Amino acid sequence: MAEVEETLKRIQSQKGVQGIIIVNSEGIPIKTTMDNSSTVQYVGLIHQLVMKARSTLRDLDPQNDLTFLRIRSKKNEIMIAPDKDYFLIVIQNPSD
Amino acid sequence: MPHCLQCINLIMEIVHVYVRRRGDFGRQSHFSDRPAELLVDIGPDPPLADGFIHRDPRDVATQSAQEMSEHQVNTERFESESRGINHVEGGWPKDVNPQEMEQTIRFRKKVEKDENYVTSVLQLGSVMENCIKQNNATDIYQDYSEDEEAADEVQEPPAAKTVNVFRDPNEVKRTVTGLSWHPDGNRKLAGAYSCLEFQKASKDMSFDSYIWDIENPNRPELTLKPVSPLVCLEYNPKDCHTLAGGCYNGQIAFWDTRRGSQPVELSSVEQSHRDPVYKLIWMQSKTGTDAFSASTDGQVLWWDMRRLSEPTERLVLDLSREGSLDAALGASALEFEATMPTKFMVGTEQGLVLSCNRKAKSPAEKIVCTFDGHHGPVYALQRNPFFPKNFLTVGDWTARIWSEDIKESSIMWTRYQTSYLMDACWSPVRPAVFFTVKMDGVLDVWDVLFKQNEPTLSIKVCDEGLYSLRLQESGRLLACGSRLGGASLLELGPSLSTLQRNEKSLVAAMFERETKREKILEARQRELRLKERSRSEQSREDDGAKEADGQEDPEELIARAEADFFSAIDAEIKRRQKEEDKHRVGGEEEEEEEEEERAFQFEKVLKTQQCCCFYFCHFFS
Repeated sequence: MAEVEETLKRIQSQKGVQGIIIVNSEGIPIKTTMDNSSTVQYVGLIHQLVMKARSTLRDLDPQNDLTFLRIRSKKNEIMIAPDKDYFLIVIQNPSD
Repeated sequence: MPHCLQCINLIMEIVHVYVRRRGDFGRQSHFSDRPAELLVDIGPDPPLADGFIHRDPRDVATQSAQEMSEHQVNTERFESESRGINHVEGGWPKDVNPQEMEQTIRFRKKVEKDENYVTSVLQLGSVMENCIKQNNATDIYQDYSEDEEAADEVQEPPAAKTVNVFRDPNEVKRTVTGLSWHPDGNRKLAGAYSCLEFQKASKDMSFDSYIWDIENPNRPELTLKPVSPLVCLEYNPKDCHTLAGGCYNGQIAFWDTRRGSQPVELSSVEQSHRDPVYKLIWMQSKTGTDAFSASTDGQVLWWDMRRLSEPTERLVLDLSREGSLDAALGASALEFEATMPTKFMVGTEQGLVLSCNRKAKSPAEKIVCTFDGHHGPVYALQRNPFFPKNFLTVGDWTARIWSEDIKESSIMWTRYQTSYLMDACWSPVRPAVFFTVKMDGVLDVWDVLFKQNEPTLSIKVCDEGLYSLRLQESGRLLACGSRLGGASLLELGPSLSTLQRNEKSLVAAMFERETKREKILEARQRELRLKERSRSEQSREDDGAKEADGQEDPEELIARAEADFFSAIDAEIKRRQKEEDKHRVGGEEEEEEEEEERAFQFEKVLKTQQCCCFYFCHFFS
């Protein structure tokens, strides 16, 4: 428990990090540092995206799997680390 | 039957003779049945077979393949709309009510205690940290190849591709005769639709013109409803909500897109043009509401959009400076450059281009000079945006580039094309590039720096003729309108829409060179003409002197003329003989002198010939 907190605090302290969300496989946000409405929006959209990305890779090569997903946009970067049951979403504004 | 008998070569005719008494004519016919009668039996004739060759084997082609037929399928137009989704939290298990804070918190706490959760998060966290640090360390998406300019050397071939086609939604298709881009951001395209073919407009042809949003080709964004089909349409460069259009019946209409489809103002029929308004251009003015229009009725009218009941100024394109409409030239193109607000140019149906000055003191001085070069109506006229002294005209089957200083002919011109050129314009970003559209549906891109005798790029946009062409200010997008109401939007490749190195100076040098060439040619022509004139004047003087001798008999005149003529011929012959003798002897320098002498002699002979002709004419008149 404490390690989880520590990890999250460490991530939050990195430069440019705007928000962190931990989501479970059903799309329920477990932990978040952002306000509720944004969290819900992010979770709803990103969940679908991750499922799609994963299924795409698996279709191309059944032995392959998604390890990390990075979406770079004009304003910031959304990084998604998927796992079997949970995934971690971090929104960062790169320093440059 | 007779024809098959002919091939048998028998002179036998099978004739049926019907006999009837005169008195029996008109009587009812009685038909009767009788058995079949063999009339002619033409049996096979073995000797004939010798005229034919037995052919064995015979080649017959067969194919053992699956029979296939070609079909084309086009799916139905798929209309898409954008919609938004409202997110609500979901995925909560059945026993948890998402609205209840307590329950959700309890659920969350339970998850957090899960072993799985802890390990997952720790692991994901470390991965994530890595990436975050990576981001902070350097910009991993930095473009390193920006520094390499050398890559630019490899030029891609000029290319353009069609992005979209905006079709006339009406049943009866009209020609897109005018196009105008929205001045701000260029996301909208206004098209003027009308039928310019004389009396071909059907009764149920709609009068509407449309404004399209280039992202949506399915439906026009706004419909403009004039009283008569619009031949030309222009956005006001100062106010992007207003447009002015010239109608087929000669009226001018003014729209405000915020106020709907009906024109806000319409010029009165009596004061407008009497023929379709072919071109309308907005002018630079403090109020931003001034425009002028030209039509084939020979008038150029200036309007203030706030008061369209009558034009503010009128100019009749009459070269004899009398202002009479009968002798006026019909205008089919108009040109105005904002940097030279007092001058403007008019292209006429007769192939002349008139350069006019608006601020001239008297109407007679308004037309400054003319440029004559085309055999047919000048359909397009535009100054080069980088070199305003040079302008492009299109008419008959050629496109010509002119310099304002040379009035006799154009400085550069294309070959005669196979079909009629209908419109042209310069590229707003590259001074050496211009575009033309033709009646066979082909869009030509000409790059005078690259190739001069044929277009750099020729694209067949559609099967029917293209009537209008407009480039967007950025130079990348191009819209062209066809006869059946399809406005095609093309995107040009980067090589055609970016200014090349040294392009401006090269083009300036080229125009200079061509202008100089024309000037030299013109000077030469003038010299020759002067010489001719002086020679004819001199001969007339001689004649005058001879006449002063008093009245002479025509017969004596003839006799004298003949004598002169023959003596001149004799002299020439003798001289030639002398030359031949000298030739055998040798001597080059003398030959030169001889040449000169000969030339002079020849001139003298010519002159006497002219005198004789003059005598004869005088005698006969």
